[in-house]
Amino acid sequence: MLETSNVNGQIFTGNVQLVHAVGMHARPAVKLTKLAKKFEAQISVRVAGAAEWINAKSVAKIMAMRAAHGSIIEIKALGSDAEAAVAALIDLIATDFPDGTA
Amino acid sequence: MNDTVSIVIVSHSKDIAKGTADMVRQMVGSEVKVAFCGGNPEGGLGTSVALIVDAINDAWSPKGVAILVDLGGAETNSEMAVEMLDPERRDLVVVCNAPIVEGAVMAATEAAGGSSLAEVRAVAEELSAD
Repeated sequence: MLETSNVNGQIFTGNVQLVHAVGMHARPAVKLTKLAKKFEAQISVRVAGAAEWINAKSVAKIMAMRAAHGSIIEIKALGSDAEAAVAALIDLIATDFPDGTA
Repeated sequence: MNDTVSIVIVSHSKDIAKGTADMVRQMVGSEVKVAFCGGNPEGGLGTSVALIVDAINDAWSPKGVAILVDLGGAETNSEMAVEMLDPERRDLVVVCNAPIVEGAVMAATEAAGGSSLAEVRAVAEELSAD
């Protein structure tokens, strides 16, 4: 689900359910980080409702977020390609981190 | 291939070095060059300066090489190996202060995005900062 809210410059947000069977373990974390790094935008993610946003380009922090199977991941991005970044990350997570995508 | 920092894995055990390199290739992909060495020339546990020099030269990238090591001798021998490189290569090789498996995977993930050697090292060493 991609929502665009232009209230604050070019911030795009979205959320997606983590369907991966064992949650955000090492391999999905690497894929998510590699994909995030392809965009110029600042990208942050968090498990829905968590206090802190995590830099989606930091693989150590993404692995440490320990998102569980079934949790909702919130994504926000700021920058010229923010909309595409949010859409790409939602697609990666929603399609269960297919091989060869990132 | 040459526009990313390369990774060299140095363990006392050839099996650990190879297994770590396999994890990097599977998890991160093939865009980052990875070389590994482990064990002494007699086939036992240990590290060899000559084998480390070969691994660095095999993995060579003009953007630099980040070395991940396991226990004590792996670090000192890696530092000696760096000293034995051609002078123009020495400044482009760093030994990271990071756990070998996690450090290698995270360094390679960072390298895959085209980051500099200093950025790659910082990401690997983030793990031992806390």
